Amino acid sequence: MSDFTFLYRGRDTNASPEQMQKTMEKWRTWFKQLGEQGHLKDIGHPLEHSGKVVRGKQKSVTDGPFAEAKDVVGGFTLIQARDLEQAAELSKGCPILEAGGSVEVRPIQAINM
Amino acid sequence: MELTDHLFRHEAGRMVAVLTRIFGVHNLALAEDVVQDAFCRALEVWSFRGVPENPSAWLMTAAKNRALDLMRREKTARTYEPELSRWLQSEWTLASELQEMFADNAIRDDQLRMMFSCCHPRLPEEAQVMLILNILCGFGVNEVASAFVTTYTAVEKRIPRAKKVLAGSNKLFDTHAPADFSARLPAVQRALYLLFNEGYHGASVEFAVRAELCDEAMRLTKLLLEHSLGAIPSSYALSALMCLNRARLPARVDASGKLNSLFDQDRSLWDKELIDEGLQLLNLSAEGAELTEYHVEAGIAAVHASATTMQSTDWQEIVSLYDTLMTIRPTPIVALNRAIAIGQRDGAECGLQELRAISDPDRLAKYPFYYAAFGEFELQNGRAENAIRHFEIALKLARSPMERQFFENRILGCQQ
Repeated sequence: MSDFTFLYRGRDTNASPEQMQKTMEKWRTWFKQLGEQGHLKDIGHPLEHSGKVVRGKQKSVTDGPFAEAKDVVGGFTLIQARDLEQAAELSKGCPILEAGGSVEVRPIQAINM
Repeated sequence: MELTDHLFRHEAGRMVAVLTRIFGVHNLALAEDVVQDAFCRALEVWSFRGVPENPSAWLMTAAKNRALDLMRREKTARTYEPELSRWLQSEWTLASELQEMFADNAIRDDQLRMMFSCCHPRLPEEAQVMLILNILCGFGVNEVASAFVTTYTAVEKRIPRAKKVLAGSNKLFDTHAPADFSARLPAVQRALYLLFNEGYHGASVEFAVRAELCDEAMRLTKLLLEHSLGAIPSSYALSALMCLNRARLPARVDASGKLNSLFDQDRSLWDKELIDEGLQLLNLSAEGAELTEYHVEAGIAAVHASATTMQSTDWQEIVSLYDTLMTIRPTPIVALNRAIAIGQRDGAECGLQELRAISDPDRLAKYPFYYAAFGEFELQNGRAENAIRHFEIALKLARSPMERQFFENRILGCQQ
C-alpha cells in the first residue's frame, strides 16, 4: 500500500440549500465507504478559500490565492491505495466531480525506494 | 449525527428572514449572500468533521459571524436600518444586540414579517407565492420551476423582478401594527392557500415535490397561528383545510406519481392523526361572524375525510357547502365541483344537467377535468361511447404525464 493525497478543487456557490444538504450527505457517505474499505489514512481538512501567499526572497506577502474559484484547493485527504491507478479510481466517487470540480491525485514520495 | 430532512432549506428561510431584518430589506441580496456563505461553509466543514451537535445553532452562528464581519468592513459603504447604524458605532452594543436578534422568538417574528412583506400588493399572486417559496422555504430557482411546472428561465426572470419590488419597499412589513396586519392578512392567507394547492392539485409529477409544497404551506400557516393577530378563525379554517386535504394526499397520488380519483382511493392510506388535527382546527375556526371560503372548503374536506367509503359520503352536506361557496367565490371550478357533487347525490343524469347549466363554460374550456366530469357521468349512465369522446378531449388537454396517464386509464376503463 502507498500513500496519496486527494486535493479537491471547485465550489458550487449557486447550489440551493437542498442541493447542498444532499451534496454534504454524499461526501459523508463517500468518506465512510473509503474508511470501511481501509483507504482513509487521514480524512484531512477543508480549507478556507482565502489566505495569504508569501513569495520569493523579498518575502512579499499578498492576499491570495488569486486563482479562479474553480482552481482554489478547497481541502485535502490522505488516502492509502495499491497504486496510482487504484487511487485515481477511488477518487471517481468524490461528489465534487458532480458539481464540475476536480480531484488531483498525487502520490506522496516514499522514504524507502 | 444525522440531519433531519430539509434542514438546510428550513434554516435558509429563517436565516434570510432574520438577516433582512438586521440589514434592512434594501439589503436583501446581502442577507442572501451571507446565508449562502454559511451553507458553503457547513457543506465543507461538516463533510469532513461530521454534523455538529446543534446544526441549526451552528448555521446561525456562522451567518452571524459573517454578518458581523461584513458590517465591520462595510460600515461606511452601506446604509443599514437606522437602529443598526447606531449600534455599529459601538462594537459592544453591536455584538449584544445581534445576540438578541438571533433569539428564537425574534426569528419567528422575522419569518412572519418576511411572509407579509412577500405579499406586497404590487406583486401578482403567483409572484408572491414564488417569493415565499424562494425566500422563506429556501427553494432554489430550479426547485421553484419544478414546483410550478415551468421553465428555469421563466422563474429566473420572475424572482429577481419580484425581489426588486420587495427591496424597493424600503421597510419590512410591520407585524405589530394591528390595522396593517389585518389589512394584509387576507393576501397572506391567499398566498399560503395557493402554495398548498400547488402541491395538492398542481401538475408536478413527483409525489415528494407535492408533499413538500403542502408541508411548507402548513408550516408557514402555523406561524400565523402563533401570532396573536394571526390566530383568527379564518386562519384556523385555512390550517384545517390543509390538514384535512394533506391527510388524503398519499392516497390521491401514489409513490409512482399515479393520480387516483376519490372513487378509487385506498382510504386506509389516509393519515388519521392529521384528520383529527384538522377537525380540531375546524372546531377552533367556528367562531365569530365571518364565514370565509376556507371555512367552507375545510367543511367539505371534513365531510370527505369522515366518510369511510365513497357511498357513505354525505353528499347532501357537500352540495349545500358548495352552494355556500358559490356565494363567496363563484368560480367556474367551484361550479364544476358543485355539479359533480349533485351528480353523486341525485344521479348521473342530474349531474350532467348541472354540468351543462354552468354559466361561463368557456372559462373551463381548457380544464381537462371539466370534460372528465362529463365522461364519468356518461359512463355511469352506460353510454361508454360518449364517455370515451369526453375523456379523449380531457386527454388532449392534460397538463402533465400524470394527468395523461390518468385519462388514458379512464378510456381503458370505458372499453372494458
